[in-house]
Amino acid sequence: MWLLLKYTLLYAAVLTLVALGGMFSERSGVINIALEGIMVIGGLMGVVMINIMNAAGVPVWLGIVITVLCSALAGLVYSSLLAFSAINLKADQTIGGTALNLLATAVAMVIAKRINGSDSPKITYSANTNAVFNSTHFSFHVGPLTLNWFLLVTLVILAAAWFILYRSRFGMRLMACGEHPQAADSVGINVYKMRWAGVLMSGALGGIGGMAYIVPAVGDWNFEMGVAGMGFLALAVMIFGQWKPLRIAGAALFFAVFRAMANIFDSIPFLAALGWPKEIYNMMPFIASMVVLAFTSRKSRAPKAEGIPYDKGSR
Amino acid sequence: MADYVIEMLNITKEFPGIKANDNVTLQLKRGEIHALLGENGAGKSTLMSVLFGLYQPESGVIKKDGEVVKINNPNDATALHIGMVHQHFKLVECFTVLDNIILGAEPMKGPVVDRAAARKKVVELSDRYGLKIDPDALVEDISVGMQQRVEILKMLYRDNDILIFDEPTAVLTPQEIDELMDIMRGFKAEGKSILFITHKLAEIKAVADRCSVLRKGKYMGTVDVATTSVEEMSRLMVGRDVQLVSTKAEKTPGETILKVENLCVPSKIHKNDAVKHASLEVHAGEIVCLAGIEGNGQSEFIYALTGLEKPSAGTITLCGKDITKASIRSRSKMGMSHIPEDRHKYGLVLDYSLENNMVLQRYWEKEFQTAGFIKSGAVRSYSDRLIEQYDVRSGQGSATIARSMSGGNQQKAIIAREIDKNPQLLIAVQPTRGLDVGAIEYIHSQIIAQRDAGKAVLLVSLELDEVMNLSDRILVMYEGEIVGEFDPKTTDVQTLGLYMAGAKRMDKEGKE
Amino acid sequence: MSKKNNAPRLANAASGVSSLLASLVCILVGLVVGFIVLLVLGGITLAQSGSAFSFMELLKTTWSQGFKPILQGGFYASANTMGMGVRMEILQAAPLVMTGLSVAFAFKTGLFNIGVAGQYTVGAFFALFSAIVLKMPWWVCLIASAVGGAIWGAIPGIFKAFLNVNEVITSIMFNWIGLYAVNTLIYQGGTGPMFNLKTTKTFTLKESAPNALLPTFNVKVGGEDYFGKMFKPSIGIFIAIAVAIIIWIVINKTTFGYELKACGHNKDAAKYAGINEKKNIVLSMTIAGALAGLGAGLFYLSGSKEWEPLVSTALPAVGFNGISVALLASSNPIGCVFSAMFISHITTGGGFMLAKLFPSEVADIISGVVIYLCAFSLLFKGSIMKLMNRKKKAHAAQTGPDSGSGNDNKKEGNA
Repeated sequence: MWLLLKYTLLYAAVLTLVALGGMFSERSGVINIALEGIMVIGGLMGVVMINIMNAAGVPVWLGIVITVLCSALAGLVYSSLLAFSAINLKADQTIGGTALNLLATAVAMVIAKRINGSDSPKITYSANTNAVFNSTHFSFHVGPLTLNWFLLVTLVILAAAWFILYRSRFGMRLMACGEHPQAADSVGINVYKMRWAGVLMSGALGGIGGMAYIVPAVGDWNFEMGVAGMGFLALAVMIFGQWKPLRIAGAALFFAVFRAMANIFDSIPFLAALGWPKEIYNMMPFIASMVVLAFTSRKSRAPKAEGIPYDKGSR
Repeated sequence: MADYVIEMLNITKEFPGIKANDNVTLQLKRGEIHALLGENGAGKSTLMSVLFGLYQPESGVIKKDGEVVKINNPNDATALHIGMVHQHFKLVECFTVLDNIILGAEPMKGPVVDRAAARKKVVELSDRYGLKIDPDALVEDISVGMQQRVEILKMLYRDNDILIFDEPTAVLTPQEIDELMDIMRGFKAEGKSILFITHKLAEIKAVADRCSVLRKGKYMGTVDVATTSVEEMSRLMVGRDVQLVSTKAEKTPGETILKVENLCVPSKIHKNDAVKHASLEVHAGEIVCLAGIEGNGQSEFIYALTGLEKPSAGTITLCGKDITKASIRSRSKMGMSHIPEDRHKYGLVLDYSLENNMVLQRYWEKEFQTAGFIKSGAVRSYSDRLIEQYDVRSGQGSATIARSMSGGNQQKAIIAREIDKNPQLLIAVQPTRGLDVGAIEYIHSQIIAQRDAGKAVLLVSLELDEVMNLSDRILVMYEGEIVGEFDPKTTDVQTLGLYMAGAKRMDKEGKE
Repeated sequence: MSKKNNAPRLANAASGVSSLLASLVCILVGLVVGFIVLLVLGGITLAQSGSAFSFMELLKTTWSQGFKPILQGGFYASANTMGMGVRMEILQAAPLVMTGLSVAFAFKTGLFNIGVAGQYTVGAFFALFSAIVLKMPWWVCLIASAVGGAIWGAIPGIFKAFLNVNEVITSIMFNWIGLYAVNTLIYQGGTGPMFNLKTTKTFTLKESAPNALLPTFNVKVGGEDYFGKMFKPSIGIFIAIAVAIIIWIVINKTTFGYELKACGHNKDAAKYAGINEKKNIVLSMTIAGALAGLGAGLFYLSGSKEWEPLVSTALPAVGFNGISVALLASSNPIGCVFSAMFISHITTGGGFMLAKLFPSEVADIISGVVIYLCAFSLLFKGSIMKLMNRKKKAHAAQTGPDSGSGNDNKKEGNA
């Protein structure tokens, strides 16, 4: 049971981070379907940085901080491709995002194979127990429960997201751009700038999320599978959470249970007794998301102007 | 030398394919109400957008207090104390009134938006100018009139003293219009300068000091309102004498074509019904007009009538047959034609060619298809005939993409399509919205011709002039109910206004 | 009058030409990016090997071991013995045409079918099941694959039409559900009837169901069989081309196509015209799914590859490459044939690169860049159109443009 809780909280943290990222992007008016790809790039950067930090022999805490920051930066830079096409070139946001998802996997595989110098896209980063730090350094213990540093990071970011959205000037203007960009423009708000900000925030959070998804849970990663749909689940979490920070956190917890079961079903007696193959558990979060969306979608209220490129000239 | 607070000199603004402003000059004196008159599409809104920093002109200069200024964006305009109430309100619907007013000029207390301070200032302004609002209501829940007051407060909150009103009366009742004029006079008395954009001459006469006229993007001159007649201003605006009142022969209505009883339609916005137990009849050879302020259930009433939405109660009978549950297509087959209120949303597939739009209601008929294959020759010749007969002008005839056509010709195409179906009942919803005088006259004449040919016509219009001009019978809708029935010959605009605003209503027997 | 009738054809041609030019720009930029990536990869590897090298050497290696195979695709000489390379290219082109058609068809109804990968997967399962377990002949298996894809395509359609769930989200989720489900059903803990424990793949059709193999063809070049006697390509590509022509006719010549396009351009107007939008959404997604499923049938019934349930952890790339195919073709079904050939060409070539220098995924990077560019290719298209129109403008002005009453209401009057 403690194990289930451990993984649930880990995945909840990941989903919350990435979904909050998606929320900032969509609240500004840009559909960010590229979260999956952003996570891949962030995760790749995280894995690579851990190996570099290990080789450099820096203290553990510094290594972690640098790794997380680099993942955030990688996601942010990658998301700028989406921002550029969606905002400046007024491209179709869904197609642009899809392109970035495909590109991310291809890039990650090319880089992974290059690093390995072989035909395998799998990168190992904590097999070496003598390494200065490895995935176990991302967690700490409270009694029998293993908790994750990312959980704390997520709580801080969650609080910050709530504050930004509902109390700050930036949040108010961001939401205005996603609801009615013409209105925002008419009171002197630079819609393009706000949308760039929204997308870049989603890039940074998605990057951290990608790293948090891959590194603390396992010791190596095969980049052929990208992040196995986690970014898309985060999208579902965002919709289920109605683009609101606290509800997103709740929704993330719900989906995380299903995701965590795939990791540990064979160590829970009554699940193991069922004898279901792993694939069934892999499927579960996706099926759960469909069921939830089917029931909530009618009432769901997306930012009104999301997906519509803003063109100053035409009104 | 006159004391001009704003001067726009020789402004030219081009859009792809059109010169929206061609060497236009506008001079606003301090403390005056200056009307900007022109037809739809004459370039008034463009000119004001230039002044407000939303567009950059290709040439020309803007002077404030005699000094050349550069207005690159709305922030610059605000800094010069220029404010604008846009024709289409620029309000974020899911925000509160208060948030909408302060958006872009938020008072801060550290990193937090200081809503308490903002509320104090807004309430103060609202009391001082008698602009009644509820600061905590969501904009999507408040009336159009209050939305306009929010827009005005947005200007006042920013301490603007040059106020632009872009077609502010279109959404108001006659009584609300009077109130607005009082407010404008109040601003004038305080020394604020007002630019008042409109195409309604009576309003200019009532409130403006001077009037500048635009026609097809060109500046036609500025006149003193007190010494210029309505006819002269009209001629300046249109370039010819306008027959403002269409004449139509007396005609006795025939049998009942459309009968609606106790119709209720649920609302998409709030929990109440948008239409509540509305009943009406339309007879052959008469034009019945459904009047009312926008958002009082007329749209939903028409949606239910045409099958676009499902009513929750009531019956609809067309030519004696119950069509309450009939599909859109079967209603069309039974003789219902529908000129929709939003020609871009419903009326046309903008990316289709004109010919494909011409058969939008009939492509499935034997005439245009065999075994599921479209007969392109038949479509082409049919479309060519309609274009010829209804004088629809377009760049490449039948093959023109509808999107590239002018609004007037798009509307003519829809009218050609709907009338040529030879309907029993013609439903026309705001058929002249956004069109210029020439197109309006043409469409009015077509509607009257349908009536004279013995068709039943149900017209929905927000323009009281149009209502008075065309209808044989007027029904007023207020908050989803039909609250009064009138004969245009024996009633006046003021009376209609009282009913439209909900100040008066008749009971079922037609008594007050 | 005759002049009037020519004008539209010219306008359509202009639009077509500019679409083509825009696609070519996308391809060109994609290839340039690919070349730069190869150059960097080659440079890193050479530098790591320690030996000094000149830039000219790097350029030469990149060209001969990387870019040349990509450009030559299946025709890359050292891989094309007995027409092997060309056979691979044709083999991969057939499913790509179909997945491209699938995306293009849904686009016409205004739907983005990102679920091609899942529909393809389910189609593959149906095809293999009909072949290996039910021992059906090839044409029944093909139909089965289309049915499988259709079911998987219909689901997002139903979700969209009746539950108002965005088809993009549903399609993505059902991609994963489909992949996991098919893997489970084939593997079944090692006991699946289609699963060969020795190879950890499905049984080969050659051994277990020769009847299910698609017929093959050959061509004579200089009196010789180009593809040799042993490995002849299947007729899949011809079936794909035939389907493309049928889809073109359906979209452009029938009332059904008229309705689908009306829904795609303006669903409110379609509803106003009495078109049943929900029915059309479901139908459109079902047909799109069937096309994708059929693509899987064409591929797996060609017998050169089996399903590997244990290592298929990623969605089949052919599903997503279908998006590139459709976008490059501006959703024109006939265009899909050509753009599929192109994508197949570079991915086949990608596999022929010297693997220790250049991972084959560089071809996927090119494809990804092409989609990214296609997302705003309307921009290119617009500027190309403008360039072409500028010349005509003087002409048009004389023949009398749109000069009717009523002014352009884009400026005023409409929100």
